[in-house]
Amino acid sequence: MKAFDYIRATSVAEAVAAAARPGAAYLAAGTNLVDLMKGGISRPDTLVDVTRLPGLDRIERGADGSTRIGALVRNAALAHDATIARRYPALAEALLSGASGQLRNAATTAGNVLQRTRCQYFYDTASACNKRDPGAGCAALGGVTRSHAVLGWSDHCIATHPSDFCVPLAALDATVEIAGAGGTRSVPLEAFHRLPGDHPERETVLEAGDLVVAVTLPPEAEAFAGHSRYLKVRERTSYAFAVVSAAVGLAMDGDRIGQARIALGSVALKPWRARAAEDLLAGAAPTPETFAKAAEAALADARPSGDNAYKIELARRIVVRALTLAAAGTPDRVPALPASPFAPHPLIPSAGAPAHA
Amino acid sequence: MPERQRHGASIGQPLTRRDGHAKITGAARYSADFRPEGLAHAVMAVSAVARGRVTHLDVAAAEAHPGVVAVMTPQNAPALAQSPDLKDNPFAFRLDLLQNDGVRYANQPIAVVIAETLEAATEGAALLAPRYDSEPVSVALGAGEIFRPETVGAGSATDEGSGDLAAGMAAAETRIEATYDTAAQYHNALEPHASVAAWDGDRLTLYTPTQALWIAKGRLAGLFGIPPENIHVVCHYLGGGFGSKGFIAAPQILGIMAAKLVGRPVKLVTRREQMFGPVGHRAATRQTLKLGASRDGTLTALDHHTLTLTSRHDDFIEPSGILSRHLYAAGAIATTHAVSRADIGTPIFMRAPGEASGSVAVESALDELALELDLDPLEIRLRNYAEVEPITHRPFSSKALRECYAQGAARFGWAARPRQPRQMRDADGLLVGWGLGTATYPAGMMQGEARATIRADGTGLIETAAQDMGQGAWTVLAQIGADGLGLPITQVELRIGDSNLPNGGLAGGSTGTATSGTAVDNAAQGAIAALAELAVNDRASPLYGAGNAGVTAADGRLARRDDPARSESFGEILARAGRTSVEAKGQGAGDPASRKTYAMHAHGAVYAEVKVDPDLGQIRVTRLVGAFAAGRIINPHLVRSQYYGGMIWGVSLALHEHALLDPRSGRVMNGNLAEYHIPVNADVPAMEAILVEEHDPHVNPLGIKGVGEIGITGTAGAIANAVWHATGVRVRDIPITLDKLLG
Amino acid sequence: MSFPITLTVNGVRRSVVLEDARVTLLDLLRERLDLTGAKKGCDRGQCGACTILLDGVRVNACLALAVSHDGASITTIEGLAAGDALHPVQAAFLEHDGFQCGFCTPGQILGAVGLIQEGQTGGDPERVREGMSGNLCRCGAYAGITDAVLTAHAAMSGPDVLPGRQLAEDAA
Repeated sequence: MKAFDYIRATSVAEAVAAAARPGAAYLAAGTNLVDLMKGGISRPDTLVDVTRLPGLDRIERGADGSTRIGALVRNAALAHDATIARRYPALAEALLSGASGQLRNAATTAGNVLQRTRCQYFYDTASACNKRDPGAGCAALGGVTRSHAVLGWSDHCIATHPSDFCVPLAALDATVEIAGAGGTRSVPLEAFHRLPGDHPERETVLEAGDLVVAVTLPPEAEAFAGHSRYLKVRERTSYAFAVVSAAVGLAMDGDRIGQARIALGSVALKPWRARAAEDLLAGAAPTPETFAKAAEAALADARPSGDNAYKIELARRIVVRALTLAAAGTPDRVPALPASPFAPHPLIPSAGAPAHA
Repeated sequence: MPERQRHGASIGQPLTRRDGHAKITGAARYSADFRPEGLAHAVMAVSAVARGRVTHLDVAAAEAHPGVVAVMTPQNAPALAQSPDLKDNPFAFRLDLLQNDGVRYANQPIAVVIAETLEAATEGAALLAPRYDSEPVSVALGAGEIFRPETVGAGSATDEGSGDLAAGMAAAETRIEATYDTAAQYHNALEPHASVAAWDGDRLTLYTPTQALWIAKGRLAGLFGIPPENIHVVCHYLGGGFGSKGFIAAPQILGIMAAKLVGRPVKLVTRREQMFGPVGHRAATRQTLKLGASRDGTLTALDHHTLTLTSRHDDFIEPSGILSRHLYAAGAIATTHAVSRADIGTPIFMRAPGEASGSVAVESALDELALELDLDPLEIRLRNYAEVEPITHRPFSSKALRECYAQGAARFGWAARPRQPRQMRDADGLLVGWGLGTATYPAGMMQGEARATIRADGTGLIETAAQDMGQGAWTVLAQIGADGLGLPITQVELRIGDSNLPNGGLAGGSTGTATSGTAVDNAAQGAIAALAELAVNDRASPLYGAGNAGVTAADGRLARRDDPARSESFGEILARAGRTSVEAKGQGAGDPASRKTYAMHAHGAVYAEVKVDPDLGQIRVTRLVGAFAAGRIINPHLVRSQYYGGMIWGVSLALHEHALLDPRSGRVMNGNLAEYHIPVNADVPAMEAILVEEHDPHVNPLGIKGVGEIGITGTAGAIANAVWHATGVRVRDIPITLDKLLG
Repeated sequence: MSFPITLTVNGVRRSVVLEDARVTLLDLLRERLDLTGAKKGCDRGQCGACTILLDGVRVNACLALAVSHDGASITTIEGLAAGDALHPVQAAFLEHDGFQCGFCTPGQILGAVGLIQEGQTGGDPERVREGMSGNLCRCGAYAGITDAVLTAHAAMSGPDVLPGRQLAEDAA
């Protein structure tokens, strides 16, 4: 780890000024940044510690029914907050399906939103990576690619965004509140992360010194509370990044779907909002046929970036399953195995043999 | 010989671990926990290329980093008395110790930075920014020239068989042929390889995790050109070995060299990502099984061919076919191995080397045959039950496998299993499948020595440089020693984990307890004989004239066999003889005659239940029942833990572990514990291990077989078979990951 | 640049001058405070062997920069027992053989203490398994670990037996 200057900021303004210097990075819990620094992927000259900034560790209810989550609210505290779990159950389920109890106790809201890709070639500093070293090339292309992107990738980068938390945030139209040199502004989460295009090194809309101070859920986000799930397929039962995940919310209008929200995780370099699928579901009856069509629409633009064609079919099936689960209603409590296919759920409406065991 | 209070007072008791208190309070000191005065920290730099040479290291940049004391490269690395490539025995694996600038595999050590702090050493290593002349690499199975190795595993025959295979195949009414791939796996003990080394002139004190203290001492003596007695290796607690710490590895020795270079104690701890290369692994295999059987399922031919990989510079050949020589009766058997070289670190023994990778292939193939024949998997295994060892036709020293099958099946409820796949679902609609695998592992012995002492205060002392890596040596050797000495276990002190003690051999190959236990038992027997000698020849003793064989030892007293009321305490005997102690040494080794006469193996049957999401392919093992017969069980509490651990390794082999190598660079791309998956707690819901009684009069006087490795065998195959039973999809590329089930 | 910080470690206030801002809590404990109970298995938040209680909650000490935690309270495995009296989680690990080699054990135990204090499992084995999944055990002692956590959960009925007590006493 490169030696760095350490500044403990006492106000947002002080933090923003300090972090505007080249080579500066914000430090909160460090669960991602310290890992990256140990691997030599990030080598900041200055760390601006924002953990003591006042007022950023609160969950606030707006008069309009919105919910503002401070940047320093810990993932565990957020997931276990009773009102969060009630109003935005998919958010709680996604948080609790991520990482481990230890990491969730430390990791912060803003840190989760800002976490970097797990692309092995990004992590391997001996490999060419356009994110780490713009113009160097992408060693992932043609390499070990079973976990890489199937949507929105470019010839310069096929990495994915690994966050669970951001997937329901995207589905629920969350906005990111940013403090910068020019004051404070809000950006929709969906627009906050950038697709790689020709500049994979530009991962978000943040400019030098910009500090994420909060994430806000709009009043409408609550409308999906009754029919909301996060589903995450993993290669082990827990403590694993998603192979593919989906957050789904349905606002029911009688026995029809009024509005639907769908976002996919680990398929692209940002949480992937499936608007075409949502449009298709609006006003439709929640039937397997409709869900299958929605899944087709969600993945219509998908193409493999390597040995990962299976992720496309898997993503379709996850969309169908997540919609099926959401239609059945949000469980009273986040299941023992959050977001897991092994969490108890209604009989899978899949063709097959009768129950035996 | 005096009769001793054997087998019962302590042996067989489910005692809690004697080292448990130290481990749950943090008092147990592992190698990297030692901090001698003046300690410096060392960090390795490792190669990013897999073949070529290092052309440049920015030593100046590293040296300029505040706190850096020295940079050890091939330019200044201490000279060694012996080439680390010298192969003076098959287990002297070639080591990369900065003797030249060559690179033979990715993650090979290429420099060591020594600094006042760990932080400075770590950054110093990063600043070296190596440049290379690299050559094209080949890391894929079967990519290089394929040849027949001289031996496989630990010196076993490359090819072995019996009967006329062609005739057996021709006579078969049903034949199957299937090829199974198993992935490269890395041991990944939670404790990284580490050394804390301190030189005092030409004397070395070393804290390092090793499964074999004396073997380590011997290798170091050769490399550094000093007498073995100048080397003191301490390892009271070993944070997992699984074979990767059987022989001292390059990173550990580089720490010693660094200490020599800077003239002060040095600690070097391997970083997790550096453990994917220089400390061994289980090589990938491709196994082709050809089975022929008559209509009733009797095997007429079994052909098991293994193709594997070894490094370009050394030989370790994963012996996957060996278990086919011992397990199922077949009219004709052929087991063969072939290998090609690749630009990888040398593979090495990894928990059940050969048996683990071989078992998953054989058990899968047998179920594929059973399907062809419409036979129950248990039925086909019973039909081919080996009453004598196939190939050699030797009788088994003991074999309670039939009981294992029966007890496991009853406990699991196997009889309710539908023959066809995809027949069972749970209440949530998840596919449910049941599978079976036979477990087998040789009951080997190595060589070891122990010393038993009876002290003036009547207590006993057992000493051997054996090793506890979690299997329970701290407890079971004390249990054996206590019964051997006729003492309550509270009166027995055990000293292990120190190379100044008598040679304890190697904790590996499931031989540790059998070998060290036999040595301890023999030593204790000798000490009691020496004590009896004092008493029966002493006119003042109530035992006078009883003769050595006329006394028994129990509860810290020697008593006349014919009149137990006439007895005296160990302390009284020693005091009157004016002695502070008596001691004796004992050897532990297999009896060559009985090992020639009998085939010696532990056996078991593992039943697995898995659930599979029918659409998403995610797999979870929901139930494992293993029934094992492994001779005398010294401590059922700890043996159960060993079985569980092995079975979880079976889960891991079947479903999780695979190193993903980039074929272009030869680097392991998932070389970390976030992406090289081993099971987490939630992967292992319900387990049961049945300890099937087995009496073995031949394997050694105590009747001990090993239990450390057998659990992984059988289990992986049982899970593969259960996944097939759940889904109807036979995956022959292990591990079975969800992408392979999506179809 | 040096950074003076104060920590309360196992109930004892310790003033430390960090000569280097790169020092993690794990390396501070292990290399500078001679508290080697917390183990370094991966150093990257991927194994849980370094789990400690930081201000009462379980975290990975390997990813926490010490300089950022001035004023914090830390409980390590060395501070869990009250003298000779084992903490209920320690006792349960011993009883259920929740370990083999013991290397991951301090982290498992602190992880279990943290999990129980979080109060989310309700003694449900499946929630315990999920909640303990951030602590890898390569020996495969998970069955015993789960049983131990369930036993300890049952034993730790009231807040008075929680391990924060020595910290609370210290503060009082």
